[in-house]
Amino acid sequence: MTKVTMTVNGRSVSAETEGRTLLSQYLREGLGLTGTHVGCDTSQCGACVVHVDGKAVKSCTVFAQDVAGATVTTIEGMANADGTLGTIQQAFQDHHGLQCGFCTPGMVMSAAALLAENAKPSETDIRHYLEGNICRCTGYHNIVKAVLAASGQDASAVAAE
Amino acid sequence: MPKDHGIGASSKRREDVRFLTGKGRYTDDINLRGQAHAVFVRSQVAHGRIRSVDTATAEGMPGVLKVFTSADFSAKGGIPCGWCVTDRAGKPMLEPKHPILAEGKVRYVGDAIACVVAETLEEARDAAEAVDVDIEELPAVMDMKAAAKGGALVHDDLGSNLCYDWGFIEDSKAATDAAFKTAHHVTTLELVNNRLVPNAMEPRVAIGDYSQAGDDYTLYTTSQNPHVIRLLMGAFVLSIPEHKLRVVAPDVGGGFGSKIFHYAEEAFVTHASKVVNRPVKWTCTRSESFMTDAHGRDHVTKIELALDKDGHFQAIRTETYANMGAYLSTFAPSVPTYLHGTLMAGNYKTPNIYVNVKAVFTNTVPVDAYRGAGRPEATFQLERVIDKAAREMGIDPIEIRRRNFVQPNEFPYQTPVAVAYDTGNYQATMDKLVAMADLAGFEKRRADSAKKGLLRGLGVNCYIEACGIAPSNLVGQLGARAGLYESATVRVNATGGVVVMTGSHSHGQGHETAFPQVISEMIGIPESQVEVIHGDTNNTPMGMGTYGSRSLAVGGSAMVKAANKIINKAKKIAAHLLEASDTDIELKDGKFSVAGTDKSVDWGSVCLAAYVPHNYPLEDLEPGLEETAFYDPSNFTYPAGAYACEVEVDPETGKVTICSFAAADDFGNVVNPMIVEGQVHGGLAQGIGQALLEAAVYDENGQLLSGSYMDYAMPRAGDVPFYKVDHSCQTPCTHNPLGVKGCGEAGAIGSPPAVVNAVIDALQRGGHKHVTHIDMPVSPSRVWTAIHG
Repeated sequence: MTKVTMTVNGRSVSAETEGRTLLSQYLREGLGLTGTHVGCDTSQCGACVVHVDGKAVKSCTVFAQDVAGATVTTIEGMANADGTLGTIQQAFQDHHGLQCGFCTPGMVMSAAALLAENAKPSETDIRHYLEGNICRCTGYHNIVKAVLAASGQDASAVAAE
Repeated sequence: MPKDHGIGASSKRREDVRFLTGKGRYTDDINLRGQAHAVFVRSQVAHGRIRSVDTATAEGMPGVLKVFTSADFSAKGGIPCGWCVTDRAGKPMLEPKHPILAEGKVRYVGDAIACVVAETLEEARDAAEAVDVDIEELPAVMDMKAAAKGGALVHDDLGSNLCYDWGFIEDSKAATDAAFKTAHHVTTLELVNNRLVPNAMEPRVAIGDYSQAGDDYTLYTTSQNPHVIRLLMGAFVLSIPEHKLRVVAPDVGGGFGSKIFHYAEEAFVTHASKVVNRPVKWTCTRSESFMTDAHGRDHVTKIELALDKDGHFQAIRTETYANMGAYLSTFAPSVPTYLHGTLMAGNYKTPNIYVNVKAVFTNTVPVDAYRGAGRPEATFQLERVIDKAAREMGIDPIEIRRRNFVQPNEFPYQTPVAVAYDTGNYQATMDKLVAMADLAGFEKRRADSAKKGLLRGLGVNCYIEACGIAPSNLVGQLGARAGLYESATVRVNATGGVVVMTGSHSHGQGHETAFPQVISEMIGIPESQVEVIHGDTNNTPMGMGTYGSRSLAVGGSAMVKAANKIINKAKKIAAHLLEASDTDIELKDGKFSVAGTDKSVDWGSVCLAAYVPHNYPLEDLEPGLEETAFYDPSNFTYPAGAYACEVEVDPETGKVTICSFAAADDFGNVVNPMIVEGQVHGGLAQGIGQALLEAAVYDENGQLLSGSYMDYAMPRAGDVPFYKVDHSCQTPCTHNPLGVKGCGEAGAIGSPPAVVNAVIDALQRGGHKHVTHIDMPVSPSRVWTAIHG
């Protein structure tokens, strides 16, 4: 077992790992940050997306030991300092962009990465960027709307009702 | 002005806050002190005789507590089936034993043979690799029609692979056959309703926790109906009485039917926890989910439609082979029968209908209810054969439907397939669809597509479904081994807050938001003063759970009943406080007043009086304000609608793109329009997925070829459009107090035929007149082959 230290949601944290311990396991089991979800075993579903040094990463694809010392943000780190929902989170609630909530952490983290790269994405940009995040509940309609809204665009004008 | 609270308001979901901040509590998020981990050893072959299972090496490996085999469950029951279908000859279906761990034979890839329980997940995994299983492989039973006739048997002791041969209604067969003999036109269609994997994004998880101190058990599980699991597992499998068994289904990440059923892993961890005297946790990998979650659909059907010279439907005859898989999952036998045959009338008046279903055992994972369950299979064949008939007879596909609709003044309408529709207005939903989908503009859009070298097609269809499942006495006569009522306890606290404890279970549907809207409307208190508790058998009354779009129609009705009891009692308390007769007391906006006077007392004061009964009619009324109600529906509910899909087909590649999708639904009254629309969106994506992308494919040896998201094509954000949805056509249900019909499955039921009708329309208009049907999923290769074939 090897102790791995990194900065997660602004705090320096550490936990014991094996060589095979995935970042998703490290977060969930080592640190108790269960907001990061594991929905598949082939790095397809995207429920486990977190940010590592500012980039969206499927945390089930990364060994914890390979990102020792990194700065990681998870869904638990996305709210405002006072605990209220951040802009993207609030847009997901306002536009009913989630149902069962299981894919939601990955969706929010991917959406945040998209908006960091592209402040005003089109509907097509959003659908393309979220290709690696599977949702079985929403049919994506309200997720796309939420991301449009989070970027300050008028979602109701774009999305047919 | 839209309402901002109560019934009809799009109240934002309160559960979202925890889901959006990583504070949801799903079963895999639960870790109990001292818990051990279970990893199953599963069959890699579809069919075989187990020669030996050698666990010696595994048992000596680090961290291993015990390796279980079927011998450890010899004194336990099998997994029970909740529905017994009676066949055409009046005999009960064939019902195999469904052991927790395979006994003697393995019957599908993924069938559990042994299970390692170890200190850590990694140690359990390593040891599971070391369990040595010797299996004599047998020919896999895969083809339903061949299997029904004979050959290798999935269950040797049953003597046949034919679970049942069901006729519905058997007495209608002769008249139906006669109607075909005199028909002006008969349209025949053979089709496959493709096998699907439900794929809730949260894989199944089960944690068993036996307490020696209390000699009792807790099971945490990803279930849509914890009370049903407690009853089935406790009474039939492990012989644990209910008062010693608590089942908790906390936040559940989607179900779509697949988490209704009692799975062997639940019984395993519960029992194993006692044996090793530790909590035992099992978390399904996605690969295991593909192999072991009950699949959906998988029907092979021939449907015939008889018409007169004007296109009026005279008779429908259908023959279906329905795959049961290797064992009977909890509600499997009911899906191709009473959830399918009863829907064959659709939205239409067809005097003669006969449905024959042959359910067949194969060496595949069990098949059971998946979003829509039987109703998508009925709708698909009916709406496809109607489209084909319209084309053959030269009648517009919308016109032929209108011509055959049950008309608005004909409700209640008794169908020839047992069910009686209470309300509906199919002309109105079709009118709405024609307007919202701008069908008048189709020709121009088609011309625009043609300029790009693409073939544009329009598919229209209707659907009806029976949900709000179900009247207990009726389903009991049809073979259900359970009642299908729902329950609610409404607890009013001393300072006026309300807690609703419901047997319904929310796994994405938003009950925690929608149920308080109803209470808020009834009492006139803010929604924030109402909380919903669900998912724990220890603090909810016995209820049947959530499936079949039943939560609001049945569970909501139970809640309304209980709340009415509360209000009636509260009025008596108010009457006492106001020195008036309780018959003169009115409740409005959280205030009780004496009719025709200015005397009133507020909700909070009445609640306080109930719990601090200093000035209280103790001789007539008990203190407290808490009531429980059970509601058993007197009929199904019948949501219905009309859907339109436009596609572009690239004739060079066969690729189909959904250009637009419009859904006009009649759900009766609507409590939260935002949630209802979200339910429709999700259903549409699943239906589009079935139509274009998804297929659970086994090869002839029973190997699952589509066993991961690399091979099983889930709809992704780029595969679907923004949908146009509308639920303004409302014919309220006449037999439940809220007038609601249910909306959870409609999208998945109504959309596959719209997509396929659109593809066929595109090809027909594009000159490919020989293409009259393509089986789902309508993949590029199938379309290309159809064009060139």
